[in-house]
Amino acid sequence: MEIYRAHVLCCSGTDCTASGSTQIFERFEQLIKEKGLEKEVKVISTGCFGLCKDGPIVVVYPDGTCYSHVKPEDVDEIVSEHLAKGRPVQRLIRNKETEQEAAGKTLEDNEFYRHQKRIALRNCGIIDPENIDEYLAMDGYKALEKALTKMTREEVIDEVLRSGLRGRGGGGFPTGLKWKFTYNSQADQKYVACNADEGDPGAFMDRSVLEGDPHSVLEAMAIAGYAIGASEGYIYVRAEYPIAVKRLEIAIAQAHDYGLLGKNIFGTGFDFDIKIRLGAGAFVCGEETALMRSIEGKRGEPIPRPPFPAVKGLFAKPTMLNNVETYANVAQIILKGADWFSAMGTERSKGTKVFALGGKINNTGLVEVPMGTPLRTIVYDIGGGIPNGKKFKAVQTGGPSGGCLPTELLDTPVDYDNLVEAGSMMGSGGMIIMDEDNCMVDIARFFLEFTVDESCGKCTPCRVGTRRMLEILNRIVEGKGTMEDLDKLEELAAGIKSTALCGLGQSAPNPVLSTLKYFRNEYVAHIVDHVCPAHHCRALLQYIIETSKCRGCTACMKVCPAGAIEGEVRKPHYIDPSKCIKCGACMETCVFKAIQRK
Amino acid sequence: MKSIAELEAIRQRTLLRMNLNGEDPNGDIRVVVGMATCGIAAGARPVMQGFIEEINRRGLSHVTVGQTGCIGMCRLEPMVDVYVPGSGKVTYVHMTPEKVARVVAEHIVNGRPVAEFTIGAAEENKSSDR
Repeated sequence: MEIYRAHVLCCSGTDCTASGSTQIFERFEQLIKEKGLEKEVKVISTGCFGLCKDGPIVVVYPDGTCYSHVKPEDVDEIVSEHLAKGRPVQRLIRNKETEQEAAGKTLEDNEFYRHQKRIALRNCGIIDPENIDEYLAMDGYKALEKALTKMTREEVIDEVLRSGLRGRGGGGFPTGLKWKFTYNSQADQKYVACNADEGDPGAFMDRSVLEGDPHSVLEAMAIAGYAIGASEGYIYVRAEYPIAVKRLEIAIAQAHDYGLLGKNIFGTGFDFDIKIRLGAGAFVCGEETALMRSIEGKRGEPIPRPPFPAVKGLFAKPTMLNNVETYANVAQIILKGADWFSAMGTERSKGTKVFALGGKINNTGLVEVPMGTPLRTIVYDIGGGIPNGKKFKAVQTGGPSGGCLPTELLDTPVDYDNLVEAGSMMGSGGMIIMDEDNCMVDIARFFLEFTVDESCGKCTPCRVGTRRMLEILNRIVEGKGTMEDLDKLEELAAGIKSTALCGLGQSAPNPVLSTLKYFRNEYVAHIVDHVCPAHHCRALLQYIIETSKCRGCTACMKVCPAGAIEGEVRKPHYIDPSKCIKCGACMETCVFKAIQRK
Repeated sequence: MKSIAELEAIRQRTLLRMNLNGEDPNGDIRVVVGMATCGIAAGARPVMQGFIEEINRRGLSHVTVGQTGCIGMCRLEPMVDVYVPGSGKVTYVHMTPEKVARVVAEHIVNGRPVAEFTIGAAEENKSSDR
C-alpha cells in the first residue's frame, strides 16, 4: 500500500452529489495531477458524512479539517493553500467557531451548574468512588486527621454547632445540638448511626452521595464517633440501592486497609468501626426510632419519644443518628471551619441543600444550591423550566410529608423555616414540578395513598385516620364529594397531626392541607361543577366530537376499543358517554382535531 | 495501616495522576464514565466496555478508563469526561457504544474533540429547539 501524506475525502452521498460534489472530486484529481502531488495526496470519494445541510463536504486528513459548502472554484484555493502549503482555508471551514465553542464548553459553563454550590456533592461525578486514593486526593480523611490529632472532642462539637448545620433528612434539627446531647449522655457504649433509608418518591440525593462519594460519609461518621465517644457505627441503607451498598462495602474495606477505620486510628488510640444494615423497603424505617428497632433485628415500628435516641437509642444505648447528606457536609466543616459554612445560606438555615428535580421539568437531575435560593431560580434557571411550553402550576417539596407550593410562592427563598411557613417542608429534598395537566386533588390523593400503604399500623390516627382521608379524596376525584367533605378533611388532618405517634403520621396530612390551602378552587370544581380543571380525573372527563369539525372519516370509530362511537361515513360521528371508557384513543387518532376532552 | 505522611504521599501522587485541570502535560489521558444508577440505567456499562475494548484494540497504553458517580444531569446520561493532559476536560453526553469509536479516534488519538457529542452541542440544540 502506498503511503500518502494527505487524504482528501470528497463526500459522494446523494445530497452532496446533487449539489455538485462530482465536479469537485474531478477538479481535485485534475489539480493535484497538475501540481505533481499525486504521489503525496490521495483523493477519495466517500459516503455520506451526515452533514448534508452543509454539503458539499470535503474533509482533509491528517488534520481533519472539514470544509462545507465547497464549490468547484474553491478547490484551487484548497489545493494551493492547504495541500501545497499546509494552510487550511479558514473561510471554508465548517462552523468553526460554534464547533470549537461547543467542544470547549464544559459542564461548569452550563446554566445548570452556574447557580449551584456543591459541598455535599463536591466529589460526585469527579472521583472514582471505588478508589480510596482519589478520595484522599480531594483532601479526603484530612478532616478526620485534623479532628483526631489537633482538636478536642468538645472543639469538634463546637465547630459543628457553630456552623449552623441542620439535619438534611427533613426535620432540620440542629446537628451540633444532637451531637452535644449524645456527648453529654453517660454510658459504657454509644453508637453513631447513618440514615440512608431514602424513601420519598422521587428523591435520590442520598443514593447519589453513597454511590458517588461513600468515603465522605465514613469519614464524617468516624469524626462523629470521636466527638461523642462512640466506637461503633451503623449505616442503615435500603436494599433497593444495590450499587450504593456495594460501594459502601468496598469503601469500608479500603478504609480498613489504610487504617482509617478499625483500631487505633492515626495512632491516637481511637477505635471506630462501621457496619452496614439493609432495610427491607418499609418507608416507616426512615423514622429514627423505627430505624433503630430495625437495626436491632426487630419489627420496624416507631416508639414514643422521649426518651430520645441521644439518651436511649440503639440497643438502649445513647445513639446519634444523622442523614447521609448531613454527614456529607461534616468533613468540609471541620476542614474549612464553621465560619466558612455559616457564611452561606440564610439566617437560620446555613450551607447548601441538595434537591432531586423531577416531574414536569426540562433538566431532571440532582442539584445543590445555597440555602435561600428562590424556588424560581431552581425551577427556571437550573431546571430549565417546564417542557412543551406548558404552564407551571406547583412545586411539591418534602415528599409525602410536604406540600405543594403555587406560582405565587415561586419567589420564596428556600430554607427550612420558609417552607414550613408556606405549609410544606424541606423534607429530604425531593422537588417535583407540576404543570397545568396535573390535578392537585389527584396529587394529594397519590401521596395519601402512599402513606396509607406505608403506615405501620401501630397507632390509630395514622392507621385509620389516613385511610378515612383517602376515602374522602377518592370520592372527590370521582365527582361524588360534598362541600362538607372538605371540612371533614381538615378536621381529620388536624387530629392526625396532633396525635399520631411518629413523623410519618404527623406529616401525612400535609399534601392535603397544602393543596386545600392553595388549590381549594380545584376541590370545589370537582365537587360542585363535577369538572376536573386539569382534565385529569377520568370519572369527570367527557370526550365530545365537535360536529362542525368532524369529516366523518371513521378513523376514531375504528380505534375505539369500546365501540362507543357511532356514525356514518362523511357524516359527523357521536360518542356514546355510557359506553365510553375515556381512554383517549379517538382523540389521538383524529387528524381534524374534532374531538375534545372536557 | 498508613501513617499520616504516607496518606499525604498518596494524595499528591493521585492528584497528579487524576490531572483534573490538565496541569501535568505528561500524564495519562483519562476517560471517566458516569456509573451511578442513573448512568447505568441509561446504558453506561456498554459504553465503558466499548472504551476499554477500543483502547485495548488500538494498544493505547497512555489512556486509562475509570468510573465516577452522578454529576447531577441525569437526563444527559450516559455521560463521559475525557481529561487530556494540557488541554483540560471535555464532557460527552448521551453516549452510546457506537459513538465510542469516533471519540477514541478523533479525540484521544488525534486530539480533536468530537464537538457534536459534547455537552455544549447538546445544550445548543436544546436552546434552538425552543
